[in-house]
Amino acid sequence: MDESIYREQIIDLYEHPLNRGHLETADWSYEEDNPLCGDVIRIDVKLDENQRVADVAWSGEGCAISQAAASLLTEEIKGKTLEEVRSFDKDELLELIGVKLSMARVKCALLSLKVLKAGAYGMPDPEEMRKFDNPQ
Amino acid sequence: MLDVNKIRADFPILQDEAYPGVPLVYLDSAASSQKPLPVIEAMNHYYRHTNANVHRGIHRLSEEATNAYEGARERIARFINAADAAEVIYVRNATEAFNLVAYSWGRANLQPGDEMLITAMEHHANIVPWQILAEQTGAVLRHLPFLPDGRLDLAQLPQLLTEKTRLFSFTAVSNVFGTVNPVKQLIEAAHQVGALAMVDAAQAVPHMPVDVQAWNCDFLAFSGHKMCGPTGIGILYGKRHILEAMPPFMGGGDMIRRVTLEGSTWADLPHKFEAGTPAIAAGIGLGAAVDYLTHLGMENVHAYEQYITNYALEALSEVDNLQILGPSAAQRGGVAAFTIQGLHPHDIAELLDKDGIAIRAGHHCAMPLHQLSGINSTARASFYIHTTTEEVDKLVISLNRAKKIFRL
Ligand SMILES: Cc1ncc(COP(=O)(O)O)c(C=O)c1O
Repeated sequence: MDESIYREQIIDLYEHPLNRGHLETADWSYEEDNPLCGDVIRIDVKLDENQRVADVAWSGEGCAISQAAASLLTEEIKGKTLEEVRSFDKDELLELIGVKLSMARVKCALLSLKVLKAGAYGMPDPEEMRKFDNPQ
Repeated sequence: MLDVNKIRADFPILQDEAYPGVPLVYLDSAASSQKPLPVIEAMNHYYRHTNANVHRGIHRLSEEATNAYEGARERIARFINAADAAEVIYVRNATEAFNLVAYSWGRANLQPGDEMLITAMEHHANIVPWQILAEQTGAVLRHLPFLPDGRLDLAQLPQLLTEKTRLFSFTAVSNVFGTVNPVKQLIEAAHQVGALAMVDAAQAVPHMPVDVQAWNCDFLAFSGHKMCGPTGIGILYGKRHILEAMPPFMGGGDMIRRVTLEGSTWADLPHKFEAGTPAIAAGIGLGAAVDYLTHLGMENVHAYEQYITNYALEALSEVDNLQILGPSAAQRGGVAAFTIQGLHPHDIAELLDKDGIAIRAGHHCAMPLHQLSGINSTARASFYIHTTTEEVDKLVISLNRAKKIFRL
């Protein structure tokens, strides 16, 4: 029997998530669901004057894997430049999670990254996008 | 009562282990059932000894294949007590049956302003085809809500089912709540306002006696793979005079009487709706599944499922912070969808799988039902003729273990 995917850190993060909530003033917000289970994740990002991630928050509902991934991902991208966020690789996130996941669960793990990247590449509404292109 | 150990011996897959040293506990029959040996062998026999196209050959093999395939249709017709085997149309699955009716009957009969009624507890197969049809014809799709305990809100039926309603399509048994709906009453109500009634019997035909003449439904849909049969085959039942008045669904070989380059005329029922080479082995396999269930007796199948479902509902009610959706045992089929506070259905399913227990997690193709219940997803255990009380006990032990891992 192998329960390694529920290692202590995953459960810890599920109980005590990092960066959970909303930002009052975000440069962009993006939200998407996983149609397989209906779980939703939203990520708010605020950049500083150097186009680096000054603050980030996530919200939504999901399984332990998707929730832990959102905590780990948001923690990891703090201070990164927009370009670094855009090129953040899925394998990096899977490595952070550090457990071997089945195909179905990889989707859970990557939901937050999908949301983050969609936001970073400008999928949100045009209003949000303008802020994003010309951050004050 | 059915001898569950004898039944288990009929299912080769139940002899396998889920993981080395971990027996398989299959509690996902509502998604797709396992297949008993006679079904597997019937299809094997066809491929090994009688494989040929049907309705087309003069040679011995084609004749044998045709006999086996059409013989299966007759036994399936008897199984649901259709008046005539010509009223039994082979389709790929229940989903295709709904699409066939929407495409053929719906496009020929609906006008802007006409209404269709479904319920809020339907599977997407009994929602989306009507949404597409409404879009194409200007008809309006309405839904009958359900009560918090998962029974239909029949008090609202008179406002929703009116002279404008042309079709009322609803499920006989909910695949999430397990609710057994008052089918006969709903069909009578539809007929009273002059609407046709279509029954989603995907979760009924595998589990209880179904008699289309007693119900007096106009259409009925079910899938082979949920009733010990193979995938790729399902049935649309329709009353003869309604089917006869409907235009074809797909065009091609087998469904015509005569083709000229100027135009064509259609074959008689059931072939008018069966264009192209069909899933011959699957039809034969479904015939064998019907034989298998008939031999057990559908009354017995239903009684056993009631027994095991009662047992499971009671066992699950002992798990703290576990909420079961749906009505009491007396009004439900063999499914138990549930949530556990603090434990996501995906995590439940994953942890149970490690103990060899297969359940389903998600929205079970019933997103509106979940939205209206205020939840994203549920875990669902479903029970069939081979489910034992020991397996239900294992489910409960495994759930408690999962909770412990999550410090609940
Ligand atoms: C109530 C109900 N209706 C329809 C379907 C659709 O069956 P199929 O996917 O075989 O077409 C299902 C299967 O999940 C079901 O449970």
